[in-house]
Amino acid sequence: MHTLALQPVSIARWQFGITTVYHYLFVPLTLGLSWIVAVLHTAWYRTGDERWRRQTKFWGKLFLINFAMGVVTGIVQEFQFGMAWSAYSRFVGDVFGAPLAMEALAAFFLESTFLGLWIFGWDRLPKKVHLATIWLVAFGTNLSAFFILAANSWMQHPVGVTYNPVKHRAELTSIWKVLTNSTVLYAFPHTLTAAFMTAGMFVVGIAAWQIHKTRPGTTDDDRAAFRPVMRGAMVFVLVGGLGVAGTGHLQTRLMIKQQPMKMAAAEALCTTTKGAGFSILAFGDVGRECSVRTLDIPGGLSFLASDNFNSTVKGVHNLQAQYTARYGPGNYRPNLAITYWSFRFMIGFGLLAAALAAWGLWLTRKGRTPTGRWFTRLAVWGIATPFLANTMGWIFTEMGRQPWIVAPNPTGLDAVRMFTAEGVSGSVSALTLLISVIVFTVLYGVLAVVEVGLLLRTVRNGPDGTITAPADEHGERLSFAY
Amino acid sequence: MELTTFWFLLIGVLWTGYLFLEGFDFGVGMLVGLLARDDGERRVLINTIGPVWDGNEVWLLTAGGATFAAFPNWYATLFSGFYLALLVILVALIIRGVAFEYRGKRDDPTWRARWDVVIVVGSTIPALLWGVALSNIVRGVPINAAGNYTGTFFTLLNPYALLGGLVTLTLFLLHGLHFVALKTTGDIRERARAMAEKVVLLVIVLGATFLLWTQFAYGKGWTWVPVALGAGGLIFAALMNRSGREGLAFIGTGITVAAAVVLLFGCLYPNVMPSTTSAAFNLTIHNASSTPYTLRVMTWVALIFTPIVLCYQAWTYWVFRKRIGTDNLPAVAATAPAPLPEPATAGS
Repeated sequence: MHTLALQPVSIARWQFGITTVYHYLFVPLTLGLSWIVAVLHTAWYRTGDERWRRQTKFWGKLFLINFAMGVVTGIVQEFQFGMAWSAYSRFVGDVFGAPLAMEALAAFFLESTFLGLWIFGWDRLPKKVHLATIWLVAFGTNLSAFFILAANSWMQHPVGVTYNPVKHRAELTSIWKVLTNSTVLYAFPHTLTAAFMTAGMFVVGIAAWQIHKTRPGTTDDDRAAFRPVMRGAMVFVLVGGLGVAGTGHLQTRLMIKQQPMKMAAAEALCTTTKGAGFSILAFGDVGRECSVRTLDIPGGLSFLASDNFNSTVKGVHNLQAQYTARYGPGNYRPNLAITYWSFRFMIGFGLLAAALAAWGLWLTRKGRTPTGRWFTRLAVWGIATPFLANTMGWIFTEMGRQPWIVAPNPTGLDAVRMFTAEGVSGSVSALTLLISVIVFTVLYGVLAVVEVGLLLRTVRNGPDGTITAPADEHGERLSFAY
Repeated sequence: MELTTFWFLLIGVLWTGYLFLEGFDFGVGMLVGLLARDDGERRVLINTIGPVWDGNEVWLLTAGGATFAAFPNWYATLFSGFYLALLVILVALIIRGVAFEYRGKRDDPTWRARWDVVIVVGSTIPALLWGVALSNIVRGVPINAAGNYTGTFFTLLNPYALLGGLVTLTLFLLHGLHFVALKTTGDIRERARAMAEKVVLLVIVLGATFLLWTQFAYGKGWTWVPVALGAGGLIFAALMNRSGREGLAFIGTGITVAAAVVLLFGCLYPNVMPSTTSAAFNLTIHNASSTPYTLRVMTWVALIFTPIVLCYQAWTYWVFRKRIGTDNLPAVAATAPAPLPEPATAGS
């Protein structure tokens, strides 16, 4: 076990996991908060009410602090396929590079250029044009998510491709099929609606705190404005939650066809079962032996799979035998404990967020304001729930695909497949990888402390802290945003 | 024209765009430590590139993505081979980006001073290392039959590549000085011009050596043209800066940056990464490329989106065309109304 842990592929996997999970802490907040800031800016544009300008500036500043982290950690993503996974890059580049390049050309340029215009354009641009820039930022960031998910979905379910045995690589036959892969068509709305929940809970928690605390940087007018913003965000969370649940259900149905092993592992379903139950909780060690006693919804998994409580769902052992027969001896099971529990925690944290938002809407109905400290506390801690759900979701998606880096498509051409262990760079030593994983981890750790510190300070200072009062009246000065 | 050649050219264009644009913002980043005398001046410098630095950096991401899509083997060999050098560049770009965004978010001198150091370091390192990396690609590195790099980090630190690094470092510093002279008012503008007068001599010496070394070691007949253009751009820049025509001086260093990329790519073609182990292991535009179908798809994408991107990025520069100076600082404005800056006059 110890020698295995220092294999290049293990270190490369840890590095990809750490850098990607970290990157994805910032991305969903950017995706969702961009819409919220755009709506607030629109409210200010429409009404000319100073309160909305202060709200736009306040949430805009938090948005920018988060956005910066998403951008800089995203640079690593564009490079590390080639750095640590060069064999993978050679194998998939003909297909996988296209959505990445499209993302840069169609989306990255858009979001970064128009964000610069938004930050610095407050008095340089006509008001209407300035408003348009933040909407373009929101559109650009959300568009970039589509291309990245198309690339990831192709690894889960390769389509539009053929295998070239001479060059040993996957070759694109239809870009249209890659971009309309059923996997991405569900993963995209699932990801976006989860991002809505993330940004929604972020706003709910901070707004609740602002309403409850009496801070010098927050005026009575601000507190009055935070209330509708908070309620709007609660609705955003709930709408997002419905979207996440609906698309999640559709994804489950796809997964049973496209990645049956991942689904069986997610349910700790050992043997092929007719009328399989949907496991809620397991008692015992799922990792060691998958046939642990679990608390089930009878027939639930079968129903998810095919809208029929009595249909048959394949189990881990049977799939292992099937894969061995087709692809040769090997272990085709993902890590069962991680797959099983990450799936449950993803759903659990998501439900928690939705419940908090629904409860908050009830408490604030018809002009009421909850006075107790407990609501504020729960709302603040609730900020963490969608972040945890997102993280668990990605860990599930990626760990459940193992041992494959490109999973074979059971309904298509399964010659296009690659083991994760085959994808790692041949020319990069374990020591080099160890250096880089340490460097990234330490750097990201330090940046996390700085970022969270800055977010907390900005929240504590309230809307006043984001307005440089008299200078704003003089047009020329506002091009000094830094 | 074959699509592989077209994509080779396009990636050259993307690198030109990246080095032209981020070249001057690397320079401005270095000048935060070299030229600015107080916090006000540092803010002026940072705000000259504030609205645009992030958009400039996307040219790099696009070059990376385009290389992945069009020449997967090039992307795979280059990025895994230059692993540690790229790691250093990535760390620098990460801390630099955060520094720009976070520096002004707290009104605290210690906070700002720390980020200033990060901006200087984070701008200097990539300015040096991009030159080292690109020179090594042209020079050739040990690559085996499997297409894997077999050298170490220290293989990359040879005299030719180190000279290339010093050239990009000083050239970007000069490019940044011209940009600052073009975009600011007052004392800092004068000092930028004065400093450029000295720096340009260093760039001419280093640059001429590098251009000639490249031409004699790796050049072709026609690559004398970019050699001449690269040298001409520098001399033009020196003359224009001396006569106070800052816009033209900036264009001069821009021409040199573009000519240098044309020269390096011209020397490479039709290779993308020559192997010093054996010419049989050279990565070329043919054996490193994607399929014709993928190249065709990506050609359409590039032909549609590149002009759009160029339009809105150019528009951004137009929106923020006015000069800025310490007189326009918001902190000053809070106590006394500042005079309006002089309107920008094109090309001056």
